[in-house]
Amino acid sequence: MPRFATVDQLRQYRRQLAAGYDPQQLQVLVCAGPGCLPLGSLEVAAAFRTACAEKGLNERVILKTSGCQGLCAKGVRVLIRPQEISYEQVTVEDVPEIVATTLVNGGIVDRLVHQDPLSQAKCIHKWEIPFYQHQHLMVLRHLDLLDPESLDDYLRLGGYLSLEKVLLGMTPEEVIDLVERSGLRGRGGAGFPTGRKWRLCREVPGEVKFIICNGDEGDPGAFMDRAVMEGDPHAVLEGMIVGAYAIGARRGYIYVRHEYPLAVKRLQLAIDQAREAGFLGQDILGSGFDFDLRIARGSGAFVCGEETALMASIEGLIGEPIPRPPYPAQSGLFGQPTVINNVETWANVPEIINRGAEWYASLGTERSKGTKVFSLVGAVNHTGLVEVPMGTTLRQIIFDLGGGIPGGKEFKAVQTGGPSGGCIPKQFLDLPVDYDSLQEVGSIMGSGGMIVMDETSCMVDVARYFIGFLYEESCGKCTPCREGLRQLVHLYEDIIHGRAEEGHLALMEELCAVMRSASICGLGQSAVNPVLTTLKYFREEYEAHIRDKKCPALVCRPLLKYTIDPEACTGCLACVRECPVGAISGRKKEPQEIDQELCVKCGLCYEVCQFDAVRRE
Amino acid sequence: MMDAARLETIISRYDGEPYDLIPILQDIQDSYGFLPKEEVKAVARRLKVPLTQVYSVATFYKMFTLVPKGRHQIRVCLGTTCHLKGGQRLADSLSSRLGVKVGHTTADGQFSLETVGCLGSCAQAPVMMIDDHYFGRVTVDKVPKLLKPFQQAADSTP
Repeated sequence: MPRFATVDQLRQYRRQLAAGYDPQQLQVLVCAGPGCLPLGSLEVAAAFRTACAEKGLNERVILKTSGCQGLCAKGVRVLIRPQEISYEQVTVEDVPEIVATTLVNGGIVDRLVHQDPLSQAKCIHKWEIPFYQHQHLMVLRHLDLLDPESLDDYLRLGGYLSLEKVLLGMTPEEVIDLVERSGLRGRGGAGFPTGRKWRLCREVPGEVKFIICNGDEGDPGAFMDRAVMEGDPHAVLEGMIVGAYAIGARRGYIYVRHEYPLAVKRLQLAIDQAREAGFLGQDILGSGFDFDLRIARGSGAFVCGEETALMASIEGLIGEPIPRPPYPAQSGLFGQPTVINNVETWANVPEIINRGAEWYASLGTERSKGTKVFSLVGAVNHTGLVEVPMGTTLRQIIFDLGGGIPGGKEFKAVQTGGPSGGCIPKQFLDLPVDYDSLQEVGSIMGSGGMIVMDETSCMVDVARYFIGFLYEESCGKCTPCREGLRQLVHLYEDIIHGRAEEGHLALMEELCAVMRSASICGLGQSAVNPVLTTLKYFREEYEAHIRDKKCPALVCRPLLKYTIDPEACTGCLACVRECPVGAISGRKKEPQEIDQELCVKCGLCYEVCQFDAVRRE
Repeated sequence: MMDAARLETIISRYDGEPYDLIPILQDIQDSYGFLPKEEVKAVARRLKVPLTQVYSVATFYKMFTLVPKGRHQIRVCLGTTCHLKGGQRLADSLSSRLGVKVGHTTADGQFSLETVGCLGSCAQAPVMMIDDHYFGRVTVDKVPKLLKPFQQAADSTP
């Protein structure tokens, strides 16, 4: 990669890249996103390499591992270009057949193409799959097109064009003005207008300013930012460099959680490449503008997703939030004016600059512009990463894209916004998803986790789960959050052990009111959302636990009873081997019995039984 | 006895300012598998950061441990989706199979078992990691097979 001293040199290089690119070239893209990786993407890619070599195809076929291709439920996904053939659930064993049938002969391996669960129609090409048809890709647009480790790929797709544009012909004020008019709001959760945040920071006097990318995606159930950082790292960098130019920042940080080692690696590689090419460093593209970036790795603290805690962590301190104001834009990292935006916000910036504020503002709803990426997971057929215009309804996302609930089960609730969000019941399925309407029903947009639950989920257990999570993660600085969460944990313990009384629910509501108004940071203030929404929409489930001492969804362990059906039990002893407390006994090949005194109700016997002989009630 | 050269290699990557504390501790954690006492004291001296502050950082963040970890790190995801799909049962099963509590290391030093907030592979819940390898849709009956290669690798190393 040459170093581009001027925009003209970069343009020259782009022309070379375009000339050397053959759109008809056969390409195999093996998805190595967060969903496919655990299913063996790298092994599949290695198998392609071997099989292509055996057939002498190395010259004709370009093999790449790509970022997330979206439909994670059916991984490992393989996309073949230029035909756009989309194979799913590909294993190492399928690879020789794909190579022989599709790459050599141009045919289709029928059993690996997508079948729509509703219409049963076979979808050979990516554009025929309903999951993709309802999406509008902006942030995710490059993910199945490029090799995340190749700057050439990114440049060929128009990468760093927005940087060219702002450095050549826009003043910082014009950039801020454009972002403000686009209506972009922060994608990290609270939805603060991005342009306004930048303006605030620019207007604060001071020589030293910072920008930060918040990649501490800690919400359980969310992996949008991971997919972007791993799959299109240069887009994040490009957005940040443009932002730095607008604000007048010379230095920036990308804060990534250490649980995402691949994101750290890819971003570091992208930073090194960008520095080598002259997109970072001194006198960027001959404009006189200097800016450089470094990565700060998180160390495993959820609270560091909160911006003031994150900055404390970069400064080498423990991640305790501080009250605002002053806001980071006034006094942030090392006491200097700082703009902090999350990964998805930064990744939106280049396209907004390239295509203009009006184009962006034409997408979405009145007060929430553009698109939003969601990680659609849980009890839904097509789990995966989706990007839709703001204002798309929950029903469209869960049923049209998501293909509905598996196993003929009933939809019960969708949880948005992570531990700070709420559980939204069935009657709001037609709610358009944007910042304001989610807030009206007691939840939040959050970073974009969307967890679908069916009748097998207990809403008391879900709320208890989040409270337990936040109790572990609370930094402990302020009393309402620290002690409030501790008390909530105790109250939930009472409920699931059948020890709770009628007054428990009122006590919980009172506690939540205090936590909401008196906690220092968003963690404590919004920790009450899972409690309040489940109390509001699923009160009868709480009452069943308290009055009848029953968990209707058969989830809360202490209220369950496991027995073995002597008719169905074959005496295979699988459960005996699995039982951690030795509560199951009986002779081999004869029905077994569970000692209720010893049983800890862990459910392992229920899970390993191949004959449905273990009963749960 | 502290290996001064090994520690020096780590510290020399940074400016030596107080704000370098966390990256330096991370590198020590990665390199040693834990934060040894003498090394932590040396870092405090070099960065001119009070030892109490180093200790508060080392005990606040989950990534750091003050005692050595096992040869292989098992991390069971207890994110929301994994929770709904039986992540806790998976953790229980591993715990009873390896004879070790969550947050601890097996007596032979081969495996450390921990649970984490979310590994970000929610579409394949329940998910676990052994070292850098991800495993998705792990039902309890798959556990013995997943552990085997790591147990064998452990046995063959002297």
